[in-house]
Amino acid sequence: MRDTAEVVVIGGGVVGCAVAYNLAKLGLTDVVLVEKGYLASGSTGRCGGGIRQQWSTPQNTVMAMASVRLFAGLEQELGYPTEYIQGGYLILAYTEDEVAQYRKNVAMQQGLGLDVRFLSPAEARDVVPCLNIESVLAATYCPTDGKANPFLVTQGYALAAQRLGVEVCRRTTVTGIEVTDGRVQAVITDKGRIATHWVVNAAGGYAAAIAALAGLDIPVVPYRHEILVTEPIEPLFDPLIISFYYGTYIVQTPHGSILMGQGDPDEPPGYNMRSGLPFARSITRKMVRLIPCLKEVKVVRQWAGLYAMTPDAQPILGPVEGLAGYVQAVGFSGHGFMVAPITGQLIAEHIVRGETSLPIAELSLSRFATGEIRREASVV
Amino acid sequence: MTSATIICRCEDVTEDEVRAAIQEGLTSLDEIKRILRCGMGHCQGRTCGRLIAQLIAQETGVPVKAQTWTTFRPPTRPIPMGVLAGPAPEGGEPHA
Repeated sequence: MRDTAEVVVIGGGVVGCAVAYNLAKLGLTDVVLVEKGYLASGSTGRCGGGIRQQWSTPQNTVMAMASVRLFAGLEQELGYPTEYIQGGYLILAYTEDEVAQYRKNVAMQQGLGLDVRFLSPAEARDVVPCLNIESVLAATYCPTDGKANPFLVTQGYALAAQRLGVEVCRRTTVTGIEVTDGRVQAVITDKGRIATHWVVNAAGGYAAAIAALAGLDIPVVPYRHEILVTEPIEPLFDPLIISFYYGTYIVQTPHGSILMGQGDPDEPPGYNMRSGLPFARSITRKMVRLIPCLKEVKVVRQWAGLYAMTPDAQPILGPVEGLAGYVQAVGFSGHGFMVAPITGQLIAEHIVRGETSLPIAELSLSRFATGEIRREASVV
Repeated sequence: MTSATIICRCEDVTEDEVRAAIQEGLTSLDEIKRILRCGMGHCQGRTCGRLIAQLIAQETGVPVKAQTWTTFRPPTRPIPMGVLAGPAPEGGEPHA
């Protein structure tokens, strides 16, 4: 491992790998990425793989639309398969409040140029013929939303970054961040010290613990979410289907297996990543009702991961006042994978050029001090 | 064994593919599982795990005993969704 680097990226999930790759792409190749496990071993590798542009805040929608443009060319750019498919997202409304919120969302999203439609229940069934539309009041559908394979995207970024000169250190744990006179000096790991000008916190569920090493208190709290996956079956439906009312989503991968996930709103925060029977019973009951033909399909595996939640369910991006050289890309609140390509680009632009091609000031840590927060409503 | 030998029967992965992955830098069972899907199928690696551990040992010199096993996850055997879901509650599903 090098003992000096211009930038140290902490976290080998999709965000950290995208930041490292984009730094190198902009010519800053003196970069070390440090990951305590293996690549995508945290939230990235435990996520559902959906890529959504239908958000309730303009900031999230603009970021996601930019990310989708990057996903479209990513396989070619990285020279690695990503299994990216624009199968759309279908969001179901079960209450009048949801219908009202989705009408507002669609108007805002269309104003930003997104191809998104407000659908009747029958139209939703036209998109997903196997769907049980009982009790569904309406739906929204964006055909350019989609999905990709989180492991492959992360690996693609990491390999491309390494080809450009980035050093990737797996199984390396960060134990300290040296700060003197309000400036980052070095990152300490169990494999040695790396003197550096910049440190990027991309530590996912562990972001607050890493920030604390630099003396920062950030409002990023880990919550367990669980997923199960079925055996592969023939292609059944294209879009990822979400219900915020039920707090669930379901998606079929190109492999043919079907993933479905949810969190427990009554569960306290923590680092527990075990998976359990209550989840399996709860979600299979909901999904057999939503898509009755799944009844005979076998569940082969289940697991859990962490949502790194912020108070407004939007990420915290960029520099922090009073701590020169520290940059963060944290608190993605369950949607880090889908915005990783644009996040990697923006963080790299900030470090290399001192400015970003999309504004990120609204997502700075200081928003929580001023109290000017707009909560993202569309979080499952 | 020839290089086209199937190592993972659930996901149809060959010895060639596993060796190439190890040479690409995926030097643990967990990493190979996540890129090649060995261990994500019905058997969860009960069949292929030991074989892959031996290939890792051959390619990297790390003995099988020193390697970390992947997590075995519930359910132990595949279960139909309808069985996990159980019967619908009396009086129908609670709903909005």
